[in-house]
Amino acid sequence: MDFRLTDDQLALRNGFRELLAGRFDREALRAAVDRGTLDRALWRELGDAGLFSLRLPEARGGVGLGLPEAVLVFEEAGRALLPGPLVATHLAAGAVPGADTGEAVVTASDGALVEWLAEADDVLGQDLAQDARPIRSVDPLTPLHRVGGERTAGPDVVLPPGTNVVTLTLPPDATALTAALLTAALQLGSAARTTELAVQHARQREQFGQPIGAFQAVKHLCAQMLVRTEIARAAVYAAAVTAEAAADEADVTGACVPDAYEAAGAKLLADDAAVRNARDCLQVHGGMGFTWEADVHLHLKRAWVRAGQWITAAEAEELVASRL
Amino acid sequence: MDLTSTAEEEVFRGQLKEWLAKALPTLPPAPDPLDWPGRRAYDTAWQRMLYDAGYAGLHWPADAGGRGATPTQHLIFLEETERAGAPYVGANFVGLLHAGPTVAAEGTAEQRARWLPPVLRGDEIWCQGFSEPDAGSDLASLRTRAVRDGDHYVVSGSKIWTSHAEVADWCELLVRTEPVSESVPKHRGITWLAMRMDAPGVTVRPLRTLAGSTEFAEMFLDEVRIPVTDRVGEENDGWRVTMVTLSFERGTAFVGEVVACRRALGELARAARENGRWSDTVLRRRLGRIGAEFAALWRLTQWNVSEAQRSGGVPGTGGSVFKLRYSHARQELYEVAAEVLGPDALDLSHPWNQDRLSSLSYTIAAGTSQIQQNIVAERILGLPKGR
Repeated sequence: MDFRLTDDQLALRNGFRELLAGRFDREALRAAVDRGTLDRALWRELGDAGLFSLRLPEARGGVGLGLPEAVLVFEEAGRALLPGPLVATHLAAGAVPGADTGEAVVTASDGALVEWLAEADDVLGQDLAQDARPIRSVDPLTPLHRVGGERTAGPDVVLPPGTNVVTLTLPPDATALTAALLTAALQLGSAARTTELAVQHARQREQFGQPIGAFQAVKHLCAQMLVRTEIARAAVYAAAVTAEAAADEADVTGACVPDAYEAAGAKLLADDAAVRNARDCLQVHGGMGFTWEADVHLHLKRAWVRAGQWITAAEAEELVASRL
Repeated sequence: MDLTSTAEEEVFRGQLKEWLAKALPTLPPAPDPLDWPGRRAYDTAWQRMLYDAGYAGLHWPADAGGRGATPTQHLIFLEETERAGAPYVGANFVGLLHAGPTVAAEGTAEQRARWLPPVLRGDEIWCQGFSEPDAGSDLASLRTRAVRDGDHYVVSGSKIWTSHAEVADWCELLVRTEPVSESVPKHRGITWLAMRMDAPGVTVRPLRTLAGSTEFAEMFLDEVRIPVTDRVGEENDGWRVTMVTLSFERGTAFVGEVVACRRALGELARAARENGRWSDTVLRRRLGRIGAEFAALWRLTQWNVSEAQRSGGVPGTGGSVFKLRYSHARQELYEVAAEVLGPDALDLSHPWNQDRLSSLSYTIAAGTSQIQQNIVAERILGLPKGR
């Protein structure tokens, strides 16, 4: 047993971090917020970098890596606040033409809300025909459509022309578990990033003649942010690693499924870390944190969106409880 | 990232399970948790059984009398002994988890030969003389004074929260050998001594905890003579030695308890299903969340052990991260236990209620949560020191 990252995994993570720092830095993030649409050129670059084809076998044109590597890369995407239906497109690689290369944008329907529907070429999951309407999304970088449920609006439904509905070959619960784990990895990256932002600010911002980070009240907020992040990291990485092990035993390639209990726990703790860290980061930033000037609100809003995707807190808690 | 066991580790696990299945039924009945002399006898008997079977000081280096097992093997040991319902280290806690590893890391060859084998055999019990009435969290401001007199130190002062003092043979004692002054900051001038508990001038007054136990005591030291040869590390270098001790305390001391908590959580869920409380969605969801917390804490333990394995065995600051979350999760666990019990939560004869009371100490002992948060903020996140 050596739970730590291998040299190859560290290199992969660092490489992806550098790529995103160069291609999607803070300025690009703010520009994306202003634009509000998906950057198709960036999407293809992400495809070229292997984000979507990472777990596709090499024989099928993929990178041939596993879930632990996917989790590391998605953590970086979460850290950079990279927009777009990343998880669904990654899951669609190999099943939807063009998803692996980033030529296609694929979203998924896992419940009442669907992200990036208007810009998606394909949708994974249920048939959304005629039953989706746009809502004013809380996250400026995640457009949302409301589907099903107690819809009252009339014909303002816009399904993009040519939208295909694809059913994956994996059983839906397996897809959902993998999606939940990758979403948890995005949340983990966001939680780590807001911890860094809070610490940076606390070291620089001076009040009463010293950096605010010297005050225990601020220090303890930051310490708890790190604790939440590290707890979530242990859970997310473990869920990815144990899924690999299960797949090895079953001799199934390309279709390893996280254990439901592990994935649910990881999602629960990562959601918690991302949401609560963003809130604490906002608090550390004081008045500035409550404005559009700081980035932290973008992390918080995205964390809220992700917390509602795939496995919610209530579902995760019930799932874990059912195994006790 | 790899969480699978090697073939060797599985062999080790198999042999251990086999031995536990045979050994545990031969243990005498467990004493009342409040009976410390009884617990000393019980805990040391178990330690002797471990020693005879070759499992004592598993993670200690071989040249300190241990088995030199890998941290992973140690983890397997803790996992399987807890799973089998074996006793926890109990009265052997300080010797096996603090003083022993410190002597193994910092002691001379003679000191290792004198002190380590009796700890491993369960012949001698150690207690911890760190805190003082006016120096708890601010440990470095301790005032118990040691004055050199030939080849002895003469020690006077008082200690508090001295775990297992009532039944201990030795005490790991922190004393001040250099008064604080402008040129001597309070972290300097501290020395780590091993003191015999039956030395003239040592008076122990047990303190009753809110859980009813006398597991710790006040200790009064009146001109106690301690040979200079019983000093571990250099004079005035005790703070550094202590940091070694505390990193052991925070790094590994709670590992086995996570397994115990996970077992308790399973029992709690079973009890809730039997008494009908399981149909309460709020309660069920709280149990689910705690289940996820403890699963993650176990994974964090594996992470920390992997780190320690690479760094040569001394646990790092990851222990503070672990302890902060664990101490809270443990308290939450027994809060939910009280909800499952309903009216029986007020009956002290139910063991969960004893555990509920004991859990209150976890955010205080071994560095309060507030101190741990300072450690995380200053040493890991690099925030400035302040007040």
